[in-house]
Amino acid sequence: MPEATLLLDGSGLELARRVSQGEISAVEVAKAALARAEEARRRHGSFLFLDPDVTLRQASTVDQRLSAGEKLPLAGVPLAVKDNINVAGLPSTAGSRILEGFTSVEDATCVARLVSAGAVVVGKANCDEFGMGSSNENSAWGPVKNPWDESRVPGGSSGGSAAAVAAFSVPLAIGTDTGGSVRQPAALCGLVGWKPTYGRVSRYGLIAFASSLDQAGALARSVTEAAVAFSVMAGADPRDSTSLPTPAPDVLGSLGDGIAGLRVGLLAEAESAEGGLDPDVKVSLERTAEALRQAGASVRTVSLPRVNLAIDVYYLTATAEASSNLARFDGVRYGRRVEGEDLGDLYRRSRSSGFGPEVKRRILLGTFALSAGYHDAYYGRAQKVRALLKRDFDRAFGEVDAILCPTSPEPAFEFGSKTEDPLAMYLADVFTVSPSLAGIPAISVPSGLSSRGLPIGMQFIGPADSEPVLFRLARAVEEWSGFPAFKAAGAIR
Amino acid sequence: MSLSDYESVIGLEVHCQLKTRTKAFCACPVVFGAEANSSVCPVCLGYPGVLPVINREMVSLALRVALAAGCEIAPESVFARKNYFYPDLPKGYQISQYDRPLATGGGLTVTTPEGEKFIRLTRIHLEEDAGKSMHEFPWEDVSASSSLVDLNRAGTPLIEIVSEPDLRSGDEAYEYLVKLRRLVRWVDASDGNMEEGSLRCDANVSIRRKGETTLGTKVEIKNLNSIAHVRRAIEHEAARQAESLDKGRPVVQETRLWQPDSQTTRPMRSKEEAMDYRYFPDPDLGTLVVSRDWIDEVRRSLPELPEARGASLASRHGLSPQDAALLTLSRPFADAFERAVSFHPANPKGIANWLLSEILARMSDADRQAGKIPVPAENLASLVSRIDDGTISGKIAKELLALMIDTGKTPDDLITEKGLRQVTDEGLLGDTVRKVVEANPQQVAAYRGGKAAAFGWFVGQVMKATGGKANPAVVNQLLRQALDAPQEG
Ligand SMILES: [Zn+2]
Repeated sequence: MPEATLLLDGSGLELARRVSQGEISAVEVAKAALARAEEARRRHGSFLFLDPDVTLRQASTVDQRLSAGEKLPLAGVPLAVKDNINVAGLPSTAGSRILEGFTSVEDATCVARLVSAGAVVVGKANCDEFGMGSSNENSAWGPVKNPWDESRVPGGSSGGSAAAVAAFSVPLAIGTDTGGSVRQPAALCGLVGWKPTYGRVSRYGLIAFASSLDQAGALARSVTEAAVAFSVMAGADPRDSTSLPTPAPDVLGSLGDGIAGLRVGLLAEAESAEGGLDPDVKVSLERTAEALRQAGASVRTVSLPRVNLAIDVYYLTATAEASSNLARFDGVRYGRRVEGEDLGDLYRRSRSSGFGPEVKRRILLGTFALSAGYHDAYYGRAQKVRALLKRDFDRAFGEVDAILCPTSPEPAFEFGSKTEDPLAMYLADVFTVSPSLAGIPAISVPSGLSSRGLPIGMQFIGPADSEPVLFRLARAVEEWSGFPAFKAAGAIR
Repeated sequence: MSLSDYESVIGLEVHCQLKTRTKAFCACPVVFGAEANSSVCPVCLGYPGVLPVINREMVSLALRVALAAGCEIAPESVFARKNYFYPDLPKGYQISQYDRPLATGGGLTVTTPEGEKFIRLTRIHLEEDAGKSMHEFPWEDVSASSSLVDLNRAGTPLIEIVSEPDLRSGDEAYEYLVKLRRLVRWVDASDGNMEEGSLRCDANVSIRRKGETTLGTKVEIKNLNSIAHVRRAIEHEAARQAESLDKGRPVVQETRLWQPDSQTTRPMRSKEEAMDYRYFPDPDLGTLVVSRDWIDEVRRSLPELPEARGASLASRHGLSPQDAALLTLSRPFADAFERAVSFHPANPKGIANWLLSEILARMSDADRQAGKIPVPAENLASLVSRIDDGTISGKIAKELLALMIDTGKTPDDLITEKGLRQVTDEGLLGDTVRKVVEANPQQVAAYRGGKAAAFGWFVGQVMKATGGKANPAVVNQLLRQALDAPQEG
């Protein structure tokens, strides 16, 4: 019988195959994953909550279902779930003190779909508070270290999910992506991470940050694993009115088709990005473009003229929605309550002590953007520019099948290097917020290492429902870069 | 200047709870009077991660009201978030339609002393209700530990029906609300019960000098818990504003609270304290699309509306417009009339007369609003037919109705059981008449001496002797024969 811990070093799909064939039980795998998760929690801060009872119960259910003859594509695959996604019976704090003590009563739809496919939830992964951050330094429960270099951030806001997969605690993690929160940590931790077409994966059970932008996505060490996660998570949900009723595109059938004939647009604005592009990232971008040509794709330059406005539009829209979404955290029904002189005082004390500084900053910004007299100039105008940005994308997708740009302008940065300057932190999102605003899918795939040995990620952006094309392009980059091989050699463990 | 130099300008905002089985955005049953917090779920409790889903039954019921009021339906309307903090508002915002409502235009016709008047509607929009906070003081004063919140009502569906400022008096507002209440009940959209809170009304009141066309400063009055209070509060508020203007003090734009105990209003908040609700489209719900087919389907399922029904009753059954209007007080009442007529088609007018006098007089206000008549329609029909065929007299019929209500029995059973059959047998009545005439020679002499009124006295004596069962026409005829006959000897 294979050693459970050895299985964790390999592909989750290989693990699922072995569990399905009865070579090892899901419970044994779960025990090994729990041990690694506990180690990762202590060393990297990647996990916030581990509950062996819940995990082993789920694993034992998988074993029973397999012995009853069920076919489970993710049989026994250990899964880390970002702490802003509900898992029944586990705490969900969204990385915030204000939800201290709150336990979810039901599974998010995407969690339920993964569990139904055989995945086993190992624990709740650390994240920036309510998904607000690009470095995981905004978690109320402490930062997460990047397993590639523990003096550096793992990215955010799904930093715990990324670190857990990068450190081989689990082969698969899910996160939420509002403006890049899955893709950017995937890039900084050398993983594949995707966000779907808006509405393709149900938002039911995601603790809302910005509802018109939030989507669940997955992080894995290979494109195939990430694609299987998509095939399981995608689909209509009657409990989410914004979920797409159309059938999800099949990403697995065409995954091996190659990219010959695909038209890729190199984002013209990538090099002139505000805040600048790291030289190593620039080189990796050029090499990736060349590799795509070698693999049979055509590469030309495309322009998104309004992409430089995306950060402004994003931060006005997301904060406006957040100011409303976070109003329910008032200390009255659940979570943190600090008693006060009267009701107003209870609200003030509970929220003042419950929310961290970045969340407060965004609630204030969003409240301002929606307030009488400013609504039209800020929130209203942002919506108009958002519509124009979508048109930019539409025009570009008349010429190309997908757009290529770096996921992040730079590799993982050091702790504290941007915390004093929120604007510099926001600028790190320059490439990821545009597809979120347009509601279109995007994927980040490792393209190489920087001169310091840090992972660099490239992003493909496509029109709605173009996930099959994006996974094929990511697969081409993966094959060219040989990334899975040097991940294993990365001596993370 | 006196109050009569001013004219009131009134617009009403009516919140009307829709009779859906489940709440507006979740699957919880809509309950009334149930144990606190017994009909709640993660969605209506505003738990982290939940999402709302539009209840289509809610939209259909709103469409019934909107179509019945002649509104234009928006093919696409939008739910917005109205943001404010309050413990009975679990999400920290209320889902409500704002700048793109479900329906606009339309209106209701009210009857005024000057004749019929059309009151225009501005809009009808959908929204969810809040829960109930239980405390005695305004929330600013309450210590946090002493308030209780019941969220059973949180998320129940409402429509807000906003009128144009077309009303000119408390009486007109009263008439408008009576008509509106009838309409929402008529189309089965709402219980329309103001006392139980399924119909709630805020009034915007301003005054201006008669003849002026610009609007005065408006004051919003809240906490109007009955239609009668609405009328009283408007009258009081108009007088208060007039007095204020006469004293040279301009009316201040504000919200005032009606206090039923003192029959006055008191300030609640000024314009400066008005809340900034930071409305924006709810990104969880998208656009509400109402297709032509959906509208047609709802329109087809609507009953004949009150005015049309009244006109049809009048023409088909030969009733006066006034009677027809009264019979359409409520749909069940009109239905009862037509059902009774179907059992006794010969005399619709007689049935209408009985419904509008004797029956209506025996109905409580609640029964009148619900159109709940105290006897089955077929029994009413049978009662009128027994008068018409001479089995009973009209006088006996009134007693019989009381017995029918008390016992629930049919008129025929009661006529047999209580021996109420009218006596028409001339032989039998002739004996009684003869006895009465013979026993009262002085009265006979008086009558014959020219005191015509004595005739009525004789009728009364005969009726008394027969227990009221004598057929009055036969009694009259026999008495005339006996009294007016040529004298013998
Ligand atoms: Zn509910």
